[in-house]
Amino acid sequence: MAKPAELNPDSPALEVKTPPTSRETSKLAGPVTWVDDRIGLAKLAGNIRKVFPDHWSFLLGEIALYSFIILLLTGVFLTIWFKPSMAEIEYAGSYALLRDVRMSEAFASTLNISFDIRGGLLVRQIHHWAAMLFVAAMTAHMLRVFFTGAFRKPRELNWIIGVGLFSMGLVEGFAGYSLPDDLLSGTGLRFVDGLIRSIPLIGTWAEFFVFGGEFPGTLIIPRLYMVHILLIPGLLLGLISAHMALLVYHKHTHWPGPGRTNRNIQGYPFFPIYVAKAGGFFFIVFGVTVLMGAVFQINPVWLYGPYNPSQVTAGSQPDWYMGFVEGAIRIMPNWEWHLGHTTWSWNVFLPGVGLMGLLFTGLALYPFIEAWITGDTSEHHLLDRPRNAPVRTGIGVAGMACYAMFWLAGGNDILATQFHVSLNAVTYFMRVAVFVVPVLAFIVTKRICLSLQRADKERVLHGSESNIIVRNPEGGFSEAHVPLSQEEAYTLTRHPQPKALVPNGVKVGRVRQTLSRWYADGQVPKPTAAEVAEAEHHGAIEGGEGDERVLEGSDSGDAH
Amino acid sequence: MRFLARGGRSSKDRTSLRRHRAARPVLLLLSLFLVGATYAAVSPATESVADGAADAQLIAQGKALFSQNCASCHGLGGEGLAQQGAPALTNVGAAAVDFQVSTGRMPMANPLVQAPAKENTFTEDEIAALAAYVASLGQGPAIPTEDQYNPAGMSPEDVSRGGELFRTNCSACHNFKGAGGALPNGAVAPSLQNATPKQILEALRTGPGQMPIFAEGALPDENAKQVIAYIEQVNAVPAAGLSLGGLGPVAEGFWAWVAGIGSLVLFAVWIASRGARA
Repeated sequence: MAKPAELNPDSPALEVKTPPTSRETSKLAGPVTWVDDRIGLAKLAGNIRKVFPDHWSFLLGEIALYSFIILLLTGVFLTIWFKPSMAEIEYAGSYALLRDVRMSEAFASTLNISFDIRGGLLVRQIHHWAAMLFVAAMTAHMLRVFFTGAFRKPRELNWIIGVGLFSMGLVEGFAGYSLPDDLLSGTGLRFVDGLIRSIPLIGTWAEFFVFGGEFPGTLIIPRLYMVHILLIPGLLLGLISAHMALLVYHKHTHWPGPGRTNRNIQGYPFFPIYVAKAGGFFFIVFGVTVLMGAVFQINPVWLYGPYNPSQVTAGSQPDWYMGFVEGAIRIMPNWEWHLGHTTWSWNVFLPGVGLMGLLFTGLALYPFIEAWITGDTSEHHLLDRPRNAPVRTGIGVAGMACYAMFWLAGGNDILATQFHVSLNAVTYFMRVAVFVVPVLAFIVTKRICLSLQRADKERVLHGSESNIIVRNPEGGFSEAHVPLSQEEAYTLTRHPQPKALVPNGVKVGRVRQTLSRWYADGQVPKPTAAEVAEAEHHGAIEGGEGDERVLEGSDSGDAH
Repeated sequence: MRFLARGGRSSKDRTSLRRHRAARPVLLLLSLFLVGATYAAVSPATESVADGAADAQLIAQGKALFSQNCASCHGLGGEGLAQQGAPALTNVGAAAVDFQVSTGRMPMANPLVQAPAKENTFTEDEIAALAAYVASLGQGPAIPTEDQYNPAGMSPEDVSRGGELFRTNCSACHNFKGAGGALPNGAVAPSLQNATPKQILEALRTGPGQMPIFAEGALPDENAKQVIAYIEQVNAVPAAGLSLGGLGPVAEGFWAWVAGIGSLVLFAVWIASRGARA
């Protein structure tokens, strides 16, 4: 028998706690109290009044979220009739132009959804448009976060989760695109089959692992079905929950302005304002998606026909979000090594696997790279105006330009036929453009940012234009300027400017010093307090004249 | 030349007849007739030459048209001019002429680029004459008859068989519903949506431009008719909404961004601009 444990009489654990007795409540509050007693509803009330700032660009992520919900709803409808089977049958449905054609059950069931299930075609089209919008909205949201610097500390992990969501979105979309087993989706699968096989040394093995043998086999559609309706949606749901939980935990960022600091948040409470706004927006997104599904034809698989490895069609392209990989492969020179018994297909591996790896790794690492360059370890809850971080903005636009060039290259045949240019000319142009255009885009963007900084400085020091042309007694014309409001002047000058790192007791490596100088270079210095005071003094003299002007019969003097 | 002057006229008359203004053209026509008739008699391509006498007239008319419209590139005898990039027409057959001229591709304006389809300025009779003349230069497929290409009355099974043939042999260049596609070096596989059944069959048999020839042995008339029926019917299938050009995912992606994200951003701006009036 063990000795009885010694009891510490001071331990709070020994205090007897009685559960709260049930409260006296009104009849109306009864059910609410009932729920609160069991799941702690009242504690959520704090979050229900959580404040969110108001700006249109903060709603881009919501489009993605709502598209995802639409995808879940329409996806459930489609699973009821879709048969993820590659068993070969003869089509006997109502689309006459494929009568008796041999096809997989997956394709036949997609045709049935389109032609024989009431509302099936509409739901299919809504599902596909929502998928296009889902990835597009994620992209737009990601760009907003990038250009405003919202990924900075403490939100780096949420940025990485976002990159994860983006990459999962691509895989999810691709899997869905492949499921109907039509001519385009089969061609897309063949493309991915090539990507897998291009992986050096293990490529062939990996292909057999994924396809269960030679392409196409009979396993890939059931496997992709599992990936499409279970694995990736599950991962997406988990990541979305984490993404939103971190959003609530960090609170939303807001634009700089009077009274807005890194320590507070200005906006409206979630309940009731954002419940109404966000709820309304959900229905708008749903409405737009349904409208697109009803008005625009998408993925007419009956025209493509069933997949047959001996067939292909001109204009075989993936959905837009895989277009950059398609383009990279289309313009890549034919580099290949043969070492011993092995083939190293750089022509497919570099633009395919390599480019996707580069994109997602680059995105995931960017917050850390920028923090390392700037040496900035502080927390940021105020957003940057893109012009005030010219190098970051330049990098972003350069990245978009590079992506756009790959993207256009993915439609090189459509560009050639629609604009009557040579396919070869488009391809050669793009080979150069993917390297040159981003550099040009960077330079131009940075110049524009610096010019906008100069314009801001000008505005702070000289005020805004009054729109009133004054003719003086000598016959000359001039336009007086109206001083800015205190609030606007604050908004335009409050931002910290990037500064080059100086070794200040801490050792700073040479590369880091060079990069940090590059990052801070060329900034238009903010107006100093002395300059503003000087300008105000100057303005007071001008203002004297201005009063006269106002007396002369204008009421627009303080319109700004 | 004495036979011109039979009928009891004096030798002086004979000489004057020989020197008559019309003598040379008449002579030319007659000798052409003789050549044509002889050719028709010995030529193996008799299917394009049904009626000798009528044909000779047609061929003569065709030759005149040919000299005016085609000979500057293809040579007076259709032998082709390498420096113009113009192929010899001695063995292309009537079907090639009918296809090229009826689609407006020939005569072409610029020999350096692929001949685009344009408005045809020749009448049916003129095309028939040109075709008869070119057919008379050698062998080659004849202009198909209506029973070879008219797809009327095909069963659904025939049409879906045509779809399989189309996807296997045609869609790689001409796209899944014949909307056309790009080929290397500025060439294009044209859209088939405005082509007539006759022109499609002629293109199959003659292989214009970079198109391979699908000869009767490889693709019998019956199958060609199925393909033609499929092209006609697949383009008659009503689109599920606006078809966005039938170009596939590139156009869809464009509209997802422009119409989808574009309109939703406008809504977002609208929502954010409405303050709270709670």
